[in-house]
Amino acid sequence: MSVNIGDVKPRPDQRQMSSLIYKYMRPEHLPQIWCPGCGNGIIMRDVVQAIDNLGLRRSNTVIVSGIGCSSRAAGYMDFNTIHTTHGRAIAFATGIKLANPELEVIVIAGDGDISAIGGNHLIHAARRNIGLTVVVMNNNIYGMTGGQYSPTTPTGEFGTTAPYGNLDRSFDIAGLAYGAGASYAARGSAYHVQQTIQLIQDGIRNRGFSIIDVASVCPTYYGRKNKKGDAVEMMKWQRDNSVTVQQAAKMTPEELKGKLVIGLLHHIQYPEFTFKYTELIRQLAEEREENE
Amino acid sequence: MGKIVLMQGNEACVEGAIAAGMRLYAGYPITPSTEIAELSSIRLPQVGGKFIQMEDEIASIACCIGGSVAGVKSMTATSGPGFSLKQENLGYACLAEIPLVLVDVQRTGPSTGMPTSPSQGDVMMTRWGTHGDHPMIVLSPSSVRETYDLAIRAFNLSEKYRTPVILLMDEIIGHLREGVELPDPEDIEIVNRPTVEFPEVKRKPYHMKKGQMVPAMAPFGKGQRYNITGLIHDESGFPTNSNEEAEKLIWRLMHKISDNYEKIVRVERVGMEDAEVVIFCYGGTMRAAITAMQEARAKGIRCGIFRPITIWPFAEKELAEAVKGKKKIVVAEHNYGQLLYEVERIVRGECPVSFVGKYNGTVITPAEILAKVEEEL
Repeated sequence: MSVNIGDVKPRPDQRQMSSLIYKYMRPEHLPQIWCPGCGNGIIMRDVVQAIDNLGLRRSNTVIVSGIGCSSRAAGYMDFNTIHTTHGRAIAFATGIKLANPELEVIVIAGDGDISAIGGNHLIHAARRNIGLTVVVMNNNIYGMTGGQYSPTTPTGEFGTTAPYGNLDRSFDIAGLAYGAGASYAARGSAYHVQQTIQLIQDGIRNRGFSIIDVASVCPTYYGRKNKKGDAVEMMKWQRDNSVTVQQAAKMTPEELKGKLVIGLLHHIQYPEFTFKYTELIRQLAEEREENE
Repeated sequence: MGKIVLMQGNEACVEGAIAAGMRLYAGYPITPSTEIAELSSIRLPQVGGKFIQMEDEIASIACCIGGSVAGVKSMTATSGPGFSLKQENLGYACLAEIPLVLVDVQRTGPSTGMPTSPSQGDVMMTRWGTHGDHPMIVLSPSSVRETYDLAIRAFNLSEKYRTPVILLMDEIIGHLREGVELPDPEDIEIVNRPTVEFPEVKRKPYHMKKGQMVPAMAPFGKGQRYNITGLIHDESGFPTNSNEEAEKLIWRLMHKISDNYEKIVRVERVGMEDAEVVIFCYGGTMRAAITAMQEARAKGIRCGIFRPITIWPFAEKELAEAVKGKKKIVVAEHNYGQLLYEVERIVRGECPVSFVGKYNGTVITPAEILAKVEEEL
């Protein structure tokens, strides 16, 4: 099914979103394929709003995605977009950034994509502090393949491959990247739109590796398998169980159980990789000139 | 011509690649290809290019695809185990039509095998390693100078046809040191990918004029915004489930190479004019074959050598021509028998086919080839 958005006049309350659609999306590829109630669309909009707020040029911005539900975002967004292989988005993005450090490179990934099959690329890009912004649509499940447990499925919860409950512990993706050396790490949620936009914006502005782990909602698989209710119920859960980084600092580990800590987790200044490399090239050229 | 320099095959590969315009190398250390990474790390920043040691082999080729998409000629090098890991993104580059050069310096396998020992056991994997139907251009040098030339040619073919090209080396050539005379830079032909005012049709990056087989490519950040995907796509660059479009795309990918067979396939013939026995070999095996041929001729056996320089597409026409009326063809390769089957398929009983193979980590000696040449003559 396809809707020609060009024929639809926006209602006054839709104007802001519609202007974003016309400016940054590819209406001919909408509506998107995500299930009703999926949080990914909200997060995609957050990314676009952050880009708009920063005034990034579309022709100078690259969106890189991997494989899975999240990866479809790239195709809907009217930038230079590349839909790569499973888990490899960051590695592709590294090549793009190295080849042209002037480009603003944003990676959109899923939890399985970025922390299971792509986990190695995540930690090493963070270690290098290469200037990429990674936005994770973290829905705690492999959605595209039908609801298998992922590295962020909480212990004891269910997936189609965890019929007796997940025995694994779950990853804290933002914490993982932070531990690996990312200069900016934050967590947002599909419910906390304004805050998440700000976090993405700040992440893009950071000169170095930035990760914004955004809690999505997957009512179709994660929600259904774990009796979390419908999309609205799941969003209400995010509203009622989120605590800010500041609040969390005053809470005991016991009190923090089952809570979603959102906000800026970590931000340091550290030289960006391609900047350092460009400096090296300049230095070598200078030395050569001196010797000649 | 320039001055004569002593150089290793792996070094010649880097110098050739830089001469061809390589400005990004992404790799992961692996014997016996490591010198390619080491020299790239020294040389690239000297010429304004970049070197990066990635976290693994998969990331290395992914990084090259990214670099190429952003308009920079990119290369990665590896050996057997690493080559296995690169197959995933090699297929991506085939389907999305991203130029890059992948160097495989073969060592004895399977698995970790014998890391420092020569082999030609990856030759069929270069053709069929990544899943699905896809074309592949593979070049194999037999000297240090030829490694330099083929590194340039690999880039040129890759750019011209928008496809990954494999430079298939082996430990013999990778670590061989020879005095080589390198060409003057102005004598080197450089080919760049087709670019036009882009795209001719808005939002259709894979659009082509009738009869055109290779779409133009604009780097990200220059020109129109467009989409690249590893899914089957139509000319818009967006995924499609259309069976007609899928067939059209795969057909074109295959034909953009096979229709240019004459321009891609190169062979070397030595002493073939009067030969009654033909030695078929490629890469480092050529070194032993030359001596075997000379010794055979000293014994009065009219022996010649047929060596494909382009391994894939396979030099079918040239080989069929070469074996006409011959007494025998001796296939020599450092494996249990791989291109042997291609030779048998082409020779089709025109003459007997015999085989000299080595898969124990040592090299085939001239005497071993000579013994097969002399057998039952």
